[in-house]
Amino acid sequence: MIDIGYNATLVAIGAGLLGIAAGVIGAFLYLRKRSLVSDAISHATLPGVALAFLVMVALGGDGRNLVALLAGAALSALAGLGVVHWLNQRTRLGEDAAIGAVLSVFFGFGVVLLTVIQTIGAGRQAGLETFLLGSTAGMLRADAWVIAAGGALSLLACTILRRPMTMVSFDPEYAATQGLNPARVDMAMMALALAVTVVGLKIVGLILIVALLILPAVAARFWTERSEVVALLAGLFGGVSGTAGAVISSLAPDLPTGPIIVLVAAAVFIASLLLAPQRGVMAGALEWLRFRHRVHMRQGLLALAHGHTVYEPYTMRLLRGAGLIRADGVATEKGRAHAARAALDERRWQHLRSRSENAALAARYDGLTPVETWLTPDQIATLDREMTGSGGAA
Amino acid sequence: MGDAPLRVRGLTVSYGASPAVFSADMTVAPGAMTAIIGPNGAGKSTLLKAVLGIVPRVSGQIEVFGAALERQRARIAYVPQRASVDWDFPTRVIDVVEMGLYRRVGLIGRLTRQHRATAGDCLARVGMSDFATRQIGQLSGGQQQRVFLARALAQGADLYMLDEPFAGVDAATEKAIIDVLKSLKDEGRTILAVHHDLSTVPDYFDRVFVINKSPVAEGTVAQAFTQDTLQQAYGGRLATGLLDQLFPATPAAAAPAFPARPS
Repeated sequence: MIDIGYNATLVAIGAGLLGIAAGVIGAFLYLRKRSLVSDAISHATLPGVALAFLVMVALGGDGRNLVALLAGAALSALAGLGVVHWLNQRTRLGEDAAIGAVLSVFFGFGVVLLTVIQTIGAGRQAGLETFLLGSTAGMLRADAWVIAAGGALSLLACTILRRPMTMVSFDPEYAATQGLNPARVDMAMMALALAVTVVGLKIVGLILIVALLILPAVAARFWTERSEVVALLAGLFGGVSGTAGAVISSLAPDLPTGPIIVLVAAAVFIASLLLAPQRGVMAGALEWLRFRHRVHMRQGLLALAHGHTVYEPYTMRLLRGAGLIRADGVATEKGRAHAARAALDERRWQHLRSRSENAALAARYDGLTPVETWLTPDQIATLDREMTGSGGAA
Repeated sequence: MGDAPLRVRGLTVSYGASPAVFSADMTVAPGAMTAIIGPNGAGKSTLLKAVLGIVPRVSGQIEVFGAALERQRARIAYVPQRASVDWDFPTRVIDVVEMGLYRRVGLIGRLTRQHRATAGDCLARVGMSDFATRQIGQLSGGQQQRVFLARALAQGADLYMLDEPFAGVDAATEKAIIDVLKSLKDEGRTILAVHHDLSTVPDYFDRVFVINKSPVAEGTVAQAFTQDTLQQAYGGRLATGLLDQLFPATPAAAAPAFPARPS
């Protein structure tokens, strides 16, 4: 066990909890195809943080109360969310344009406020710019508690709302007939995204928090065809990224925690993209190679059976490699036997497909799969008798 | 008694300023299969969606089994037109059917073994048991339609509302769906379906509701599915041959065959 010290342990636990909550909520955003809304939400927090600081200073405080800063962040994020929603519903702008507009305007306004704070409250500005990329150096036990509680509450809400959110994501019209109000379910989902964004500001920062919402979900999607498993896996990936990222960043001085967490999440995503058993890139490539192999093998054998010359180099290589033809392209004894079998199989399929009562079976014809895969030896014997009866077999 | 499964009064729906359905009254007879027919753009699907509250109503009153719609949600099952969902959504066939049970199970109730058995039965009823663990995008259009029907069956409703259940499905699916609907009718349930294929109306349905923005006719097939009402609703949009096929001019002449259709 690596001893990383008290503060780093606190950060690792907090980041892990945040990762779990962000992963699970991000999964539902992804299922609803609203992932990018979280980017607008996170950038819209900045003016709120700055304004909360200004208000606290004006009231005579030092402006560093985390809960008050996060409350300000939540309020301005809510305003940003409201503007996105309004632009999308009441104007001809699509959601993508609305997100772009809100994100940049709110963020720009926030940066201006930060500059103002720097000039008026020189020396006292409490490092508000750490909210941009996150900072864990001075994390207190109380901060960790805020993050833990926020994450736990969002997770609980997610568990309760998982069925409505899944139903609305999959088929909003049907959800409406079941007495759900899709607009309200969407609003709840956005509120959860907002909560986890605000909670994550301290650790990951507002620019990168969107990665923690999106990456675990899209990574999880590669591994499963079930929405609830996507949510659980996304939570797992998020938690692992959070904890591992925090631990790694504590191993060397001056490694930024938030960006390292995001890089770990990206590594999980890339591994999923490449290695996932069915939807992964490598599985897809292997599948394609296998398919190509079968097509060329089958067509080569049929060509041999019909006495045609094989010209395609890949087919030649395959047949030669399997010892089915000699170097000069003439079929070996084994090759002739295999070719005859392929030709017989093709004739059986042709006979099957010519009869309308075999429609269900005929639909399985792909030119590759031998008929024995679907029929018992008895059925094939019957089939062969039918074929000789009707003069089908030569 | 006397509570019709569905009673609609003065329903008007509009997209923008032009009404899609205008001042529609409709009373659906219990235990019967009713087809909503009318030309393209006549507001057939809109009527259904407005009744269910998917599309907002400008005006109109909806009564389901003698009470307000909201209190009777559990007694209505809806089968949407097969198109509007993301087929790459991570969900399997059996998961879709189980969505029909969510209302009964509640927000956080567990799906028990019995619930799963119910879902399995519904899938068997539409002949899709072999596909239970497939991702829905891997099915053909007709199979997807049957899965949506199974989801509606899982609700155990009394009134089934279907939006073009036979649009773009293969013959085997059409047969499977009509068999299920007829068995539902035999159990005393009510079926209301938007239907576009006029040639199958007399075979499949007991009653018709003819609409072209506002209602044209309503009644049994013998009463309301007539040359007169169809011409009124469709105007010149009916293929000339079709009316002759549906209503042969002289009963003595050998009836022309219906468009070929495996039964």
